[in-house]
Amino acid sequence: MIDHKHQDIDAATGTATTGHEWDGIKELNTPLPKWWLYVLYATMIWSVGYWILYPAIPLPSGATRGILGWSMRSAVTQDLAELRADRAPMVNELNKSTLQQIASDPKLAEFARAYGHSAFGVNCAPCHGANGQGSKGYPNLTADRWLWGGTLDQISATITHGARYGDPDGHQGDMPAWGSQGLSKQQIDDVANYVYSLSNKTTDDVSAGKKVFADNCTPCHGADAKGNPDMGAPNLTTKIWLYGGDKDDLIQTITYGRGGHMPAWGAKLDPATIKALTVYVHSLGGGQ
Amino acid sequence: MTIGEMLGIVLSLGGALLALYIASKAYTAAYAFHMFVFALAGFGGAFLIFKRYSTRPAFTPQEIDGRPNYNYGPIKFTSLAAVFWGIAGFLVGVIVATELAFPDLSMGIPWLNFGRLRPLHTSAVIFAFGGNVLLATSLYVVQRTSRARLAGELAPWFLVLGYNLFIVIAGTGYLLGITQSKEYAEPEWYADLWLTIVWVTYLMIFLATLWKRKEPHIYVANWFTLAFIITIAMLHLGNNPAIPVSLFSPKSYIVWSGVQDAMFQWWYGHNAVGFYLTAAFLAIMYYFVPKRAERPVYSYRLSIIHFWALIFMYIWAGPHHLHYTALPDWAGTLGMTFSIMLWMPSWGGMINGLMTLSGAWDKLRTDPVLRMLVVSVAFYGMSTFEGPLMSIKVVNSLSHYTDWTIGHVHSGALGWVGFVSFGALYCLIPWVFNRKLYSLKLVNWHFWVATIGIVLYITSMWVSGILQGLMWRAYTANGFLEYSFIETVAAMHPFYVIRAMGGGLFLIGSLIMAFNFYKTLASPEEAGAPEAKPALAAAE
Repeated sequence: MIDHKHQDIDAATGTATTGHEWDGIKELNTPLPKWWLYVLYATMIWSVGYWILYPAIPLPSGATRGILGWSMRSAVTQDLAELRADRAPMVNELNKSTLQQIASDPKLAEFARAYGHSAFGVNCAPCHGANGQGSKGYPNLTADRWLWGGTLDQISATITHGARYGDPDGHQGDMPAWGSQGLSKQQIDDVANYVYSLSNKTTDDVSAGKKVFADNCTPCHGADAKGNPDMGAPNLTTKIWLYGGDKDDLIQTITYGRGGHMPAWGAKLDPATIKALTVYVHSLGGGQ
Repeated sequence: MTIGEMLGIVLSLGGALLALYIASKAYTAAYAFHMFVFALAGFGGAFLIFKRYSTRPAFTPQEIDGRPNYNYGPIKFTSLAAVFWGIAGFLVGVIVATELAFPDLSMGIPWLNFGRLRPLHTSAVIFAFGGNVLLATSLYVVQRTSRARLAGELAPWFLVLGYNLFIVIAGTGYLLGITQSKEYAEPEWYADLWLTIVWVTYLMIFLATLWKRKEPHIYVANWFTLAFIITIAMLHLGNNPAIPVSLFSPKSYIVWSGVQDAMFQWWYGHNAVGFYLTAAFLAIMYYFVPKRAERPVYSYRLSIIHFWALIFMYIWAGPHHLHYTALPDWAGTLGMTFSIMLWMPSWGGMINGLMTLSGAWDKLRTDPVLRMLVVSVAFYGMSTFEGPLMSIKVVNSLSHYTDWTIGHVHSGALGWVGFVSFGALYCLIPWVFNRKLYSLKLVNWHFWVATIGIVLYITSMWVSGILQGLMWRAYTANGFLEYSFIETVAAMHPFYVIRAMGGGLFLIGSLIMAFNFYKTLASPEEAGAPEAKPALAAAE
């Protein structure tokens, strides 16, 4: 492209232009920068080397495997195997020991809590919160109030078999929907007033509600309204509420009933993980 | 009336009636709305063609007094559309960035949730802002460097209006929940078909203008634009083949499935970066930097070698988006090694952009427009180094799925694409409207406000991304994951706030630019024609 007869030299750089001009723009005929060219060659040589060492060239069936024999799948399998081998001695201890033994051995308990914390973050945190603090409809695991009991064995049973999740060994039974099972609107209002008065100071007369409660609610919640962990019936005398403790929340709960689900993790997690989770949840603040 | 005009009216009216028919049987209200928009555009198009016919001179000369009679109308339209869409896209970006920091901000309104606004942001900035900048600059540059009037009279208007109709259909579709869920290719089948027609028109206008050029050689900027137009057509058709559920439904199913679909998606996605956001904007660089600096391009040889190397290497790089997935190892290897080999070809453009200033570096002190163009090239160099780095498998195992990717994209998008576009618009709008730019001081303000915004954005995302990646892979001494996912999300909060502030500054910069253009166009002061000065005095 260079017109050698009429070389056009750029004054600022002393370099010849190509002799063409487009809308006032010319181009210098500067050679390729050496460093640029050498780095380009280096990346090419490096790439060819990489193709020889790693899987690279597709073939009719599969592809070249590369001298190193590396593959994504074998790499991750190896990583996981190493991790398992690292944990194996302690995990074996977990498998051999009872929950009580784990909780009373400081070293084993610390390991189980670390294991449980990690497993909790992956499996349980979506419902119960990152720190087990719970939210509406999902029980708080850090308080010493338990729907289904807070001993190590009870926690383990709840994790393994879940609640209302189709596992025959899991927790069963709902809070009935009293709005369609025999209570009038007035009765529901009365009993809600009474339940409200159990955990709040109130000057209202709650005797009507107390009678409704005694006639209908005591089989599960008990005459003192302190609940029954065998039936998953909550204690109604504290300020800890799974579905809210306002009058409106109470009326909704009594009218329509409740019955939350918890998965049966025994089908998904191995026994060591469930033991670790049990010890971890037990240690969150409310273990009995 | 010419055959083209008659055909234009018949096709517009026919299209409008077809759209009305589809609207009457549409399964969803959103789809019926889109068909009404098409019908309105068809009737409007027929009316505009007729109105133009009744007022236009009998024929348009190709040259006046021996000088090309350049066609600036469509360029004026797209350059102003670019300013409008840019502000809209940046604003939505700031909103989605703030939603990430404060998730309740959408207040439960479905149209405002992150999932719908995010593609609105990406499409508005890439396709609406970037697309209109590219149409404006490419149609200007091809005329000026070919010394020929743009080919066609109706076709360029069909191109620019049709393209913006596509933008409206795509953008309203996202808000209404119409999407085929392919990243950067969200519009459904009917929008894709429309874009195909518009894009083929673009190619034909561009080729026909080159065909009738009065210069012996095709200027380098036009090589890049042509590579962009052809490759985008290929990518669009490769990634979008879909079978509609019915003519009367917006829903369709992509014919690719599984890992093949993922591979097509990222072959498309990465080359949209390569040919749309890189090659096409390099075309801007190759015209506007030498023009503004009034210096010759640094190296013709480098421009040839890096052009061919760039377009050959880029097309292979897509698989690096799919490391450690179901994609076979060999494809990942090729994607990664070609990304590494792409480093120097990319930097060829940076060298040519920066070194074109040799002999004119002093202008950076006095001309904020040139400074914007040059800083854009520096950001280009930075992100085309970062890209190959992130494509390396071990680096990618840390960076993938983290905010580092977002930071990388935005150093390219805000720093390179944004600044080179602003620089070009600051040149182009005064040129095509024949006005003197209102205030260089405001350009300086735009430059600094936006630069601080970019720095806040990318540094916060680097820190956030690397922190995120390290938290995800952190193990305790006992061999268990240290953090749950939600803990890593909570740790990102301060960086998301900083990012939103950075985006806010970038938006403020663009508002300063819009004000500057408003004052420029409102002033009656005419500027001298740009061709008055030769770029280079021959040293004979």
